[in-house]
Amino acid sequence: MLTEQMPKIEVRPEFQSSPASEAKEKVFELKGIDVSYSGVPAVKGISMEIGRNEVTAMIGPSGCGKSTLLRCLNRMNDLIPTAEVEGELLYRGEDLYGPNVDPVQVRKLIGMVFQKPNPFPKSIYDNVAFGPRILGRKDGLDETVEKALRGAALWEEAKDRLGDNAFGLSGGQQQRLCIARCIAVEPDVILMDEPCSALDPISTGKIEDLMIELKEQFSIVIVTHNMQQAARVSDRTAFLMTELDATENTRWGRLVEYDVTEQVFTNPSDKRTEDYVSGKVG
Amino acid sequence: MEAGGVSARRSRLAVAGARATTEAMLRNQPRGDVIRNAVFAGLLLLAVAIALAGLLALLIQAFAKGSSALSADLITNPPSTAFPDKAGYRPAIIGSLQLMAGVMLFVVPVGIGAALYLEEYADSSRWWNRLIEVNIQNLAAVPSIIYGILGLAFIVRGPLDLGFTLAAGSLTLALLVLPMVIIASREALRAVPSSIRQGSLALGATQWQTIRTQVLPASVPGIATGVILAVSRALGETAPLLLVGATVFVTFDPTPFGADGYSAMPVQIFNYALRPQEEFQALAAAGIIVMLVVLLAMNSFAIWLRNRYEQRW
Repeated sequence: MLTEQMPKIEVRPEFQSSPASEAKEKVFELKGIDVSYSGVPAVKGISMEIGRNEVTAMIGPSGCGKSTLLRCLNRMNDLIPTAEVEGELLYRGEDLYGPNVDPVQVRKLIGMVFQKPNPFPKSIYDNVAFGPRILGRKDGLDETVEKALRGAALWEEAKDRLGDNAFGLSGGQQQRLCIARCIAVEPDVILMDEPCSALDPISTGKIEDLMIELKEQFSIVIVTHNMQQAARVSDRTAFLMTELDATENTRWGRLVEYDVTEQVFTNPSDKRTEDYVSGKVG
Repeated sequence: MEAGGVSARRSRLAVAGARATTEAMLRNQPRGDVIRNAVFAGLLLLAVAIALAGLLALLIQAFAKGSSALSADLITNPPSTAFPDKAGYRPAIIGSLQLMAGVMLFVVPVGIGAALYLEEYADSSRWWNRLIEVNIQNLAAVPSIIYGILGLAFIVRGPLDLGFTLAAGSLTLALLVLPMVIIASREALRAVPSSIRQGSLALGATQWQTIRTQVLPASVPGIATGVILAVSRALGETAPLLLVGATVFVTFDPTPFGADGYSAMPVQIFNYALRPQEEFQALAAAGIIVMLVVLLAMNSFAIWLRNRYEQRW
């Protein structure tokens, strides 16, 4: 709306992924995704493919729409009434925003771990069992819980206190509990929205190790502010940047570069990426 | 002392000077500020004292007058105009208990349901939802006598046509305190952080599963507190009951739908207090003591419940 009255802004060439960055098998295909809140654009023209059993990192300065984009992938944006998603988003070839798609079913397949650990005010056991229970998978619940806690590298610390309230865990343990809770429903993809931003370096290290282990079973998409983290854990990295219109009143996120992580950090093809990863801007 | 004597003395002097300056800055408060502070604190204390004095005077007066009439008869015996020394509150107490039970029966599901709709489902950007919100706030401030008239027109007569029964009184009181329950329940629901809802939804729970298994359990203490406070308000209400048929003088135990009439504690107290005889005055005071004890107990329980079980996030 605002932008319609504005003078035409310089249109940058649409980003094209280089052949080397093409995933072998893809879980997500984004084709020209625009997201806006109450008509104000948040990200524009995002096209990328997200590979299966890989860790894909999204980096970029604050407000560039990384989290917004991440929340499109499991339709969490549906919870914000004013959010609007345009473009095509394919999950394993299915249109995720198709008319017959139930967002509740989407979220069973595509789990999410949030920025701040958000355990439920229940016991550790009940936190992990929550997902299987609401899905009606009540057989072998104990095994499911143990498997999920082992998967999140929390079993050894938690096995003797499964009945204790989850709020008694440390921040890092709480976040691993949230990861356990997420993998207990056996999703296909795990989205992580800055999962370590509230944690100390040791807990962060544990969760990073965990991500590398988990990608054997799951595809992981992680949003992070921490470039070292992206470099350490991800196979591919997407760099998003804010773009301003001519009057500098509205801004939105744009995908600048998306490639194999090593390439992005050692030999970026875009000047802006280079400036960002080398710490000159951002 | 000899070699570095001068410089040592100078630095000591400098240290002492600096310390004196700091002390002066810390100590030196203009006299006027101190007085203003004291006056203001005194005024605030006076406000508290006035508030407490009212309650204290009520308690002392009620005890001074009513303690002679305090006995088991007060609770077990029906009222009597002929024998004030044997008269009691039995039908009124039973009536009040039934009224409270009816209020809870109505107010808990309807109040929580309305609060859930407004907090969890209603899109507050729609004008009609905002209108409902504003109106609930207003309803909580409507004088109780107006609810009495409403009850008379719509519940006793009119569409529901329950007659002058205890059930009609109960429903009228329930309507009166319903806005309070809705407001308190919404408060309790709002206190559950959205990260909990999102965490649950992100696991593939439906909105109703999220509400049933996460939001409601976490807000039960707050809702219960609101319900208890609302019921204690209903217990003390007199005006609407007079309009919907709480007959002031009943000597038998009431039933919910009995058409012979019913009474309630505050109505019975009012009736006794109107009588000129000294004995009935004492009886009224004793009734006030009973009501005050019950109300204070209920409110204390509500506060305890809130402090004990409220979830800290």
